[in-house]
Amino acid sequence: MSLRRLSLQVCALSIVLLSSACLAVAQEGGDAEGESLTVSARLEAVEATAEAAALAGHNAWMLTSTALVLFMTVPGLAMFYSGLVRKKNVLSVMMQCLFLMGVMTVVWALWGYSLAFGGDHPYVGNGDYLFMQNVQQSWDDTANAPELPMEGAIPRLTHMLFQGMFFIITPALICGAFAERMKFSTMTVFMILWGTFVYCPLCHWVWDGGILAFVKTGAEGPGVAGGALDFAGGTVVHISSGVSALICALLIGRRLGFGTEDLRPHNLTYTVLGTGMLWVGWFGFNAGSELASDGLTSSAFAVTHFSAAAGTIAWAGTEWLTRGKPSLLGAASGAVAGLVCITPAAGFVQPMPAILMGLAGGIVCFIACGTIKAKFGYDDSLDAFGIHGIGGTLGAVLTGVFATRACWDIDNGQKLGLIEGETRVFVGQLVAVGITWIFAIVATFVLLKVLDVTMGLRVSQQDENKGLDLSQHGEEGYIFS
Amino acid sequence: MKKIEAVVRHFKLEDVKNALTDQGIHGMTVAEVRGFGRQKGHTEMYRGTEYAVDFVPKVKVEVVCSDANLNTVIETILKTAQTGQIGDGKIFVTNLEESIRIRTGEKGEEAL
Repeated sequence: MSLRRLSLQVCALSIVLLSSACLAVAQEGGDAEGESLTVSARLEAVEATAEAAALAGHNAWMLTSTALVLFMTVPGLAMFYSGLVRKKNVLSVMMQCLFLMGVMTVVWALWGYSLAFGGDHPYVGNGDYLFMQNVQQSWDDTANAPELPMEGAIPRLTHMLFQGMFFIITPALICGAFAERMKFSTMTVFMILWGTFVYCPLCHWVWDGGILAFVKTGAEGPGVAGGALDFAGGTVVHISSGVSALICALLIGRRLGFGTEDLRPHNLTYTVLGTGMLWVGWFGFNAGSELASDGLTSSAFAVTHFSAAAGTIAWAGTEWLTRGKPSLLGAASGAVAGLVCITPAAGFVQPMPAILMGLAGGIVCFIACGTIKAKFGYDDSLDAFGIHGIGGTLGAVLTGVFATRACWDIDNGQKLGLIEGETRVFVGQLVAVGITWIFAIVATFVLLKVLDVTMGLRVSQQDENKGLDLSQHGEEGYIFS
Repeated sequence: MKKIEAVVRHFKLEDVKNALTDQGIHGMTVAEVRGFGRQKGHTEMYRGTEYAVDFVPKVKVEVVCSDANLNTVIETILKTAQTGQIGDGKIFVTNLEESIRIRTGEKGEEAL
């Protein structure tokens, strides 16, 4: 008695059960003849049932992922960042994260999603999805029923929500660069403009068939140099926000007292709690970027976790070796660096390369935040550039090294990364990184210059000394009485 | 009356309190303070940026006693708060003009 025969029997039995169940449903549905349904009608019913079951699975995972990614901004990033500032500015950082959650969501619903995912123009999205038309359910007169627009395996509503969470966290990441000194009003306007003119085009270029989208071998497409592999946002999210953060830090200038006053983080316990929330949320971010629930989702989940773990060890371990003590802030920063580094690669690399990528991310970002920042003297207050800009760039490049068709056969069986002996993906990654850097630098520079002249970027010296909590929001973070 | 302000190490606070209570001192006020004397501060490192922390956290004990008890109090604090290492703290003594118990209005040593 072989296992195979047994499973055949089970299969046959379930088909019989399933079809009789469908038959029952069909009869209840008002089949006047009552007696026999044609085979094709039965097949149709079986297919419909299977489709509904698959949709339920995919959609459940994607809605979960969507919620996980929202959780990354507040409380995740809000705690991670607010622990790193002085206590007079703790609320200002949390407020930036929370307020952006509101502002960016509304922008996304009104025009952001349409600009990012509408149409297939190589440079910009179109107006197909403005105000959620063709995204929300609509009434279908011919079918005499509500119609749900789909995007791949999931409802377009789910796709819009999931991608909308990226639209929130990406600008929120930039807040790390200008923490403790930027005017709140200017910050709000800047983020609306940045989201519209930097994030939406980039997102369209990479994920909606634009000039950075991956082009299959032998196929026609707008992707420059064959386009890039970016599974969950190495270029779109991390390079764009990190590089823009650097421009912010340079144009806004250093905090008062930089290098002379005590600017130590006021509460690292927050930062660690935030790190844990980011790590968990990142499972939704990366594994959710499969936009379905299947084998590759598990692969992306695994490499995300491994890279974060390796990053934690790498950063704290480097401190341990070079300075004698592993710091908690180092471990937290390393975890995030590992997560950033694996983001573009999540759907393309295997677990062991993921550990290498995490180690590399931890060590390289450690150097970027310590040595390089000190050498150039810019005040990227919470290291948005050092971790997201540098880590994202490293991750995008390493994706070209470690990508394998064994994870995602995106190119019809063609080899992908250097590790498989293919160079074209690697070249495409380098070109995409270059384009993203240049675009983010130029666009952010122009936006900030315009805002500097019109609104002013910085709070007054008096307000900065008082702290942004009081001067911008009229509240204090800690009243223990 | 005298007021004694002793700046001591955190982990010695409990010992000092118990010893003073045993000597019949019935009240004291304690505060978290920061400062420096001969003890050097330390450096802390956050993501590669080094900060010199000059003000070292200590705890300040304030005790008020009669002139007669002064030496006992000082001896007791000296004995219990001492480790012999730099950073043990200091004791300051000042003359005190008056003390009043709010509940009853008693004055002077009666109020201690």
